Amino acid sequence: MESILFYLFATVLVVSAAMVVTIRNPVKAALFLVLSFFSAACIWMTLEAEFLSIALVLVYVGAVMVLFLFVVMMLDIDVESMREGFARNLPVGALVAGVMVVEFAVVMMSDRFDSQSLPRPAGHGPDYSNTKELGLVLYTDYVFAFEVAGLILLVAIVAAIVLTMRRRPNTRYQSPSEQVKVNKSERLRIVSMPAEKRLDIDN
Amino acid sequence: MTNQDILVVLPEIVIALMACFILVLDLYLPATKKKKFGYGLSLVTLMVGAGLSIVYSEPAPVYGLNGLVLMDSLSAILKVGICISTGFVLVYSRGYADARGLWKGEFFALALFGVVGMMVMTASNHLLSLYVGLELLALCLYTMVALRIDSTAASEAAMKYFVLGALASGILLYGMSLLYGLTGTLYINELSASIVRHDGSTLPRTMALILVLVGLLFKIGAVPFHMWVPDVYEGSPTSSTVYLATAPKLAGFAIILRLLADGLGSLATEWQGMLLVVSIISLALGNIIAIAQSNIKRMLAYSAIAHVGFFLLGILTGEVSGYASAMAYILIYAVVTLGAFGVILALSSKGVEADLIEDYSGLNQSHPWAAFIMLLLMFSLAGIPPTIGFYAKLSVLQAVVNAGMTWVAVVAVVLSVIGAFYYLRIVKVMYFDDLATSHPGLQFRPKQDARILLTINGLAVVVLMPWIGKLTTLCEGAIEVLF
Repeated sequence: MESILFYLFATVLVVSAAMVVTIRNPVKAALFLVLSFFSAACIWMTLEAEFLSIALVLVYVGAVMVLFLFVVMMLDIDVESMREGFARNLPVGALVAGVMVVEFAVVMMSDRFDSQSLPRPAGHGPDYSNTKELGLVLYTDYVFAFEVAGLILLVAIVAAIVLTMRRRPNTRYQSPSEQVKVNKSERLRIVSMPAEKRLDIDN
Repeated sequence: MTNQDILVVLPEIVIALMACFILVLDLYLPATKKKKFGYGLSLVTLMVGAGLSIVYSEPAPVYGLNGLVLMDSLSAILKVGICISTGFVLVYSRGYADARGLWKGEFFALALFGVVGMMVMTASNHLLSLYVGLELLALCLYTMVALRIDSTAASEAAMKYFVLGALASGILLYGMSLLYGLTGTLYINELSASIVRHDGSTLPRTMALILVLVGLLFKIGAVPFHMWVPDVYEGSPTSSTVYLATAPKLAGFAIILRLLADGLGSLATEWQGMLLVVSIISLALGNIIAIAQSNIKRMLAYSAIAHVGFFLLGILTGEVSGYASAMAYILIYAVVTLGAFGVILALSSKGVEADLIEDYSGLNQSHPWAAFIMLLLMFSLAGIPPTIGFYAKLSVLQAVVNAGMTWVAVVAVVLSVIGAFYYLRIVKVMYFDDLATSHPGLQFRPKQDARILLTINGLAVVVLMPWIGKLTTLCEGAIEVLF
């Protein structure tokens, strides 16, 4: 059962990942990326890594990819110009990919990672939750590092705001209180004009 | 969690909370009161932080929060030093930053968060807390360098600092992960014993040591990882330069001592050789290239590289007296550098940067007191006898000679004599050059508090001399309990 699920999700993952780079429409590419993230999350779920799986869906699918889709939709990306360098960059890309495949192969084929020297860890009971276990460790043993990491995020927010927010003198702001407080006399000017003389058309 | 856990990190907690408070207060106060309240509260916070560090200090290490942090005299002394020097930074940079629109709530909050980061670094007993402290400080420093958003030089400096700093953090983390793989522990006090227990090839542990060392040397700006130092010192607003030139050096000393001397103490023979090369080329490059500088901030950057080389000499002896002399050296260096940047800040005003050496020509005729203070500070940086800078150099050299490395001491003295040239050139420019070539807009108009502190700071480098032996005793006492 588990291996059937694995092959199902793995197939979806590989196919959707391939679609991300081959499909022409950038919005569809981003949606395929969502699908591949989701399949990866499902594979993690079968490996009993619920926390990683949920975090992947929440963080990447929920937040990062939505932002990505916004950028893709808002910006007018010229797909053709991005494809121009394909033939020129192909040798370098192929070389990097080849090196990576060889490295993976060397690591995976070595006897350090076969099923004898690295047996499958025993599974946990149905009432075991690794999210809970992680939370326990994070909020007790490592609470200090966790809190300082929180401070780092706070500083990052402050830094991002202080470095990008600047008051431009010519930016026009709306001031609702001013708008509400306005009097008739400030907006309406009654001009008395002399009555116009009737034009004599016949003339 | 017990009371003791809280007491160990009480100064950090207080300062972090106050930084958040100042950040929020900045939103609600009227513009006229913002600066006054932020400034006053930051100074009070730093004083309270220093006070708490003294009150709750314990001579022997007390571990807290699952051993992630510890409290001992070393961390207490350095925490007090960090708080006080940051307080000086705030006082000195007020006039300068105010004239340039940098004097705002974020400046105080970033300075205080940086102090928290440095305190965590000095008190860490775990690779994780050491790293998060380092990153907290680094993030504050990157922002403070870039704070002047209309200046391209500041943006360029911040970009360089950020990219190279992130690279260094990556290298350091890689080293730490290898150490964890080899020893199975992240606790610094357990590292030393477990790394020698590991049998088999010594290659992985040497690799880990090199990566950690490179990351650390990068953060303190030793040659050959010094490329960012001159650009960052020159490009950032002087109010940020003074911050990143002083207190972070104390924290850098702390992590080097904790990680190398304590955590990797069993590999001392391996890192001593590496440090020897690094400190001699730092001394040589820093002192020689500083001669060619026309910008005083850039000159002080190369001087910082040379001083880092000098304090590493104390570390590489691998003995308690060496570590203590390095600690005294870095404390004295922080005091003197604060004063030197304080004079630059006091001479800068709206539209006048006072960062070229020729701006200082004839300073004795126009502002004799500023010139005199600068003279004392330059003498101290050069290590000329009646000043504490001389004592700092002497105690490091003494430790080096006692460790049987007389030739190293000789090389260090020769390079320091070369270095004395550019410090004395500032004195010559101030006292013997024509006032006419000076910057026409140069004024010495610090705020009243900065004027008083600057006078104290300048005179301290001479007046403190009779009591300087106490500093060494203090440092030795703090380091002895570690080993």
